[in-house]
Amino acid sequence: MSGKEYRTITDVKGPLVFLNKTEPVSYGEIVQLMLSDGSIKNGQVLDTSDDQVIVQVFEGTASVDRQTGVKFLGDVFKLPVSKGLIGRILDGAGRPRDGGPDIVADEMADIIGAAINPYSRQSPESFIQTGISAIDACTSLVRGQKLPIFSASGLPHNDIALQIARQAKLVGSDDDFVVVFCAMGITAEEYNFFVHDLERTGALENSALFVNLADDPAVERLITPRLALTAAEYLAFEHDYHVLVIYTDMTNYCESLRQIGAAREEVPGRRGYPGYMYTDLAMLYERAGLVKGKKGSITQFPILTMPGDDITHPIPDLSGYITEGQIVISRELHQKGIYPPINVLPSLSRLMNAGIGDGKTREDHKSVSDQLYAAYAQGRELRGLVAIVGEDALNERDLQLLKFADIFEDQFLRQSRDEDRSISEGTLDLAWNLLSNIDTKYLVRLDQKWIDKYHPTEKSSNEEE
Amino acid sequence: MSKENGVIYRISGPVVTAVGISPRMYEVVRVGDEGLMGEVIELHGDQSVIQVYEETSGIKPGEPVIRTGQTLSVQLGPGLLTQIYDGIQRPLPKLEETMGVFITRGVDADGLDLKRKWEFNAVAKKGDEVSSGQVIGKVQETETIEHRVMVPPNVGGKVKSIKSGTFNITETVCVLDDGTEIAMMQEWPVRHPRPFVQKYAPDVPLITGQRILDFLFPLAKGGTAGIPGPFGSGKTVTQQQLAKWSDAQIVVYIGCGERGNEMTEVLDEFPHLIDPNTNKPLMNRTVMIANTSNMPVAAREASVYTGITIAEYFRDMGYNVALMADSTSRWAEAMREISSRLEEMPGEEGYPAYLSSRLAEFYERAGRVETLSGSDGSVSVIGAVSPPGGDISEPVSQGTLRIVKVFWGLDAGLARQRHFPAINWLNSYSLYPQALDQWYRDNIAPDFPEVRTEISTLLQIESELQEIVQLVGSDALPVDQQLTLEVARMIREFFLQQNAFHDVDTFSDLDLQYHMAKAILSFQEEAKKAIAGGAQLEDVVNVPARTDLMRGRFEKGYEEKISDLVSEMNKQIDASMEAN
Repeated sequence: MSGKEYRTITDVKGPLVFLNKTEPVSYGEIVQLMLSDGSIKNGQVLDTSDDQVIVQVFEGTASVDRQTGVKFLGDVFKLPVSKGLIGRILDGAGRPRDGGPDIVADEMADIIGAAINPYSRQSPESFIQTGISAIDACTSLVRGQKLPIFSASGLPHNDIALQIARQAKLVGSDDDFVVVFCAMGITAEEYNFFVHDLERTGALENSALFVNLADDPAVERLITPRLALTAAEYLAFEHDYHVLVIYTDMTNYCESLRQIGAAREEVPGRRGYPGYMYTDLAMLYERAGLVKGKKGSITQFPILTMPGDDITHPIPDLSGYITEGQIVISRELHQKGIYPPINVLPSLSRLMNAGIGDGKTREDHKSVSDQLYAAYAQGRELRGLVAIVGEDALNERDLQLLKFADIFEDQFLRQSRDEDRSISEGTLDLAWNLLSNIDTKYLVRLDQKWIDKYHPTEKSSNEEE
Repeated sequence: MSKENGVIYRISGPVVTAVGISPRMYEVVRVGDEGLMGEVIELHGDQSVIQVYEETSGIKPGEPVIRTGQTLSVQLGPGLLTQIYDGIQRPLPKLEETMGVFITRGVDADGLDLKRKWEFNAVAKKGDEVSSGQVIGKVQETETIEHRVMVPPNVGGKVKSIKSGTFNITETVCVLDDGTEIAMMQEWPVRHPRPFVQKYAPDVPLITGQRILDFLFPLAKGGTAGIPGPFGSGKTVTQQQLAKWSDAQIVVYIGCGERGNEMTEVLDEFPHLIDPNTNKPLMNRTVMIANTSNMPVAAREASVYTGITIAEYFRDMGYNVALMADSTSRWAEAMREISSRLEEMPGEEGYPAYLSSRLAEFYERAGRVETLSGSDGSVSVIGAVSPPGGDISEPVSQGTLRIVKVFWGLDAGLARQRHFPAINWLNSYSLYPQALDQWYRDNIAPDFPEVRTEISTLLQIESELQEIVQLVGSDALPVDQQLTLEVARMIREFFLQQNAFHDVDTFSDLDLQYHMAKAILSFQEEAKKAIAGGAQLEDVVNVPARTDLMRGRFEKGYEEKISDLVSEMNKQIDASMEAN
């Protein structure tokens, strides 16, 4: 397209610029704004017609005036991709931030990304061991899954995400993960924390970082995750990498989405978020998975902070309907000093059943996990009852369950930030040890054959016979 | 109709405005240089507003818009079964062939294979007077399903010639006196219900093998059910269980705005599943529609209509069809998204004001009917609803509950305790038992309805007792009430809980369900007697044979063993009385 420059801006509203009398401009086309001081801003077409074009400006509209020149670049937003992305730190619009050279592109990839044909997907079923018992036993992660961390302000979600990034591995395989890290509106402090940790463990050279910080333009956040996922897709499906995408914080992303919606005077949905937020989030989260005929995979760990710890807020709610489960961080456990404070009861991994069991983790995994849930859930419920009637009113079974809930939190959930437990000896055997505090006849979720084989006391008595 | 051409005036996401054409409402048009498929959804002065079924970025004002004269239709004929479609009936395997693993745009694909040859066996004869809906020939479409080729709606007359043999679906197999040529394939606009003679009252249950559903909250063939539940409460698993095990002859499964990986699980798993009724692969009787959440939103809107039209077509052949839509909330959100792009005045929570009438129209296409050819066919519709935050006071849940006759209320609390299926027995309901009771008496057991009432009464009493237990602890209750709690626990853990991933437990037929319920009542009766005779509650509850009875349901051949297990349990309970 010609490099024609228009000076026909009529309105500027928040992050949006309205202009008229242009040649036909395509929907989604990228745009450059030439300001009078010589600086350049970038944007994208949101709405186009014969009469009017609406452009969303990534860097914000500060100092845009009616004389600002607008150039349509004749193409949709593309990211230069190559293996050279690994080890690099880029800003939220995909420009180098680490002082290094520009990325030499093997290919220019459309950042919107196309939907994977559901028929061409491969079922995710390779267990990823994170070394964190709560996750490995109760919400097992598999390669190709998208499993968000539902957290809230003041909780150690970043530590957990980093611990997963450090420790994640496939049992019985040397394949390493490449980490694509995407920051949206996090503070410089949080960012430094991530970078230092990745540096300390040597993971940085195996990572690609896309960083939009709290003081970077808010609208830019709308493209940052798309850049990160485009890079991830390229690495996974062109170069066979197993990619772990961590993005934080989805809540900031949704805020930006709302900002654009408000500026366009759209009819808002719940709590002012746009009605298309579900579709928009799906277009990010659904870029996880495995496809037939390709070796690589994309596993996603989005982190979102629930405003007011409210899991029914539209952001966690819509996310939960798209992602394959969630890991819920609990303020109550955190205040008890337990790390990682993962509340396994509302946490869930929808792909767990495909990734566990004989030949994958261990044959008794499912039973043990069900039993842990059931016993812990009942134990927690009993705490409420004890607060009213006192422990004396409880029967034998209830007392055992009550005690189990405490032991479970203290010994099973609690582990240190660099403790990497193996699934079989580290996590499942520990679970059996703890479950042996409950009389076997109350362990109704456990198949008798697993009791015979794994129960620490019942098992030994069998062997003596 | 001239092929008048217009141009694009405006593009805003999936909504495109065109000028220079005057199409009919819901006419299909081709948009832009790539000829993307779209549907006219609003006429506004000289502007036509079009929802486009494919991604619109890169399209410019001034590009052409071409009318087709057709409304959005599906192709109906042999070849539907075992197929996997997107929301506008494009076969996904075909799309993979033409564009690889990512769905790009501007690709057309026929819903049916037009080249494939089928063995057509005429059943009508020369000189027969045939009318709409009448079966004129048969095709063995899959091992288990015979496809009945019907006279298309609005066609009829005397057969001039008809021939059996091998044809593809567009070749003429029958000619009428007035020269009308009939082929195996017909087309039907998806937004119009297919015609039938009359609707019957539903009085035969749809058997699903899921104990809580069949026994406590049954659905009739031709009925409608809604499954609302928060995320993670097992909606999808329940829907898939129904698709696998329900005794409908044809299953249409619509993954509407579903997760890609879960859809893949279904697509991977289904071809390996065996239909318990025929011992043949389940896919033989299944049509799937998969429009995942990141596929274009307008095609998601269309997917439920595509699905129900296919279901009605099989109904017209005289089959019982079960249609699962997972999730109707995603469909409603697609409506909302398009409505907001149209800048329509919103109703509740931003949903369009016509939301509930659209929901009602959709569910109203269910039913057991007398077909045009006089046979009996049904479409049962089971719609999942995903209420935000699990709060069913929102518009989609409410709009659904006003229409459906069965409510299976999923409960996050139960899911958290790993009680599956996590259907709340206290707030779920079915309005069908009245109509179905006679069937149960005739086919299962004369006292079936009474047993059901006893079981549900016990659960109701338990919930009242639990309130007291919350305050004072269970030990403070009199022993007969403690026993009631034990019996109710047995109902929950032994009967209502059912493991969808267990080979045996995943399906129980109605006979077994009845016997399991009887076993529980028998335990209650014996235990009462024993306690009255001086036995300790704890001893009665802990007799080993009761554990055997409960664990036994995971073993093959349970239906043969259950009565022995019950008598053994009763014997041991009696013995516990003597021990004291």
